[in-house]
Amino acid sequence: MEKIYANKKDRCKLVKAKPETIEFLLNYSKSLKVTEAKGIKFESNLN
Amino acid sequence: MELRIEDSQLVKEYINGSEKAIEVLINRHNARLTGFIYSKLGDRELTEDIFQDTFMKVIRTLKRGAYNEEGKFLPWVMRIAHNLVIDHFRKNNRMPMYGETESFNIFSMMGDERLNAEKQLIKDQIDSDLANMIRELPQDQQEVLEMRMYKDMSFKEISDNTGVSINTALGRMRYALINLRKLVEANNIVLTN
Repeated sequence: MEKIYANKKDRCKLVKAKPETIEFLLNYSKSLKVTEAKGIKFESNLN
Repeated sequence: MELRIEDSQLVKEYINGSEKAIEVLINRHNARLTGFIYSKLGDRELTEDIFQDTFMKVIRTLKRGAYNEEGKFLPWVMRIAHNLVIDHFRKNNRMPMYGETESFNIFSMMGDERLNAEKQLIKDQIDSDLANMIRELPQDQQEVLEMRMYKDMSFKEISDNTGVSINTALGRMRYALINLRKLVEANNIVLTN
């Protein structure tokens, strides 16, 4: 049975957020605008 | 030598309008933050959600100009993630709270997960019987069964690794299980602990 554990050593991948999640965040960042009027901050999403 | 821009500098650049800066920050701390969240939740999908919510909060705070922890970007982000994890547990009532009373001892909840000597012997016997039976299977079925059951690979990964279609891999798995059942019956083996 020992060969089971020795075949592919690169199967253990580091846990990382998916590229789609990163892409979503970057788009969110680009679309988010904060404007200030009379001391109040307003957020608007330009998507 | 690669020039590494400090987090605090990137934060400043982002606040001043550089979208590239937030991309560098997210990618730089992706693995660390994801690992941190995953260590608390143990669920890939949930980890992804909390990671996304964390950086949405980071982005909003930075854009609103409300960030005031210059030089301590990562601990700040980790704290946001930690709070979101706590919120998640609160929302789902999944954070168990135990208090010690006269009739309840906290140590009664903290069992040793190791098997006792008898159960360990039975488990070893089952593992050994199963290993012997798997060796009786045709090579292609053995391969698929080991990848699926022992390496926890998906059929897509098995297909990629063995060079056969997903349907063929599924078929091999099916026959491997059918043949294993036949071997169990033929040898009168009991596979329960």
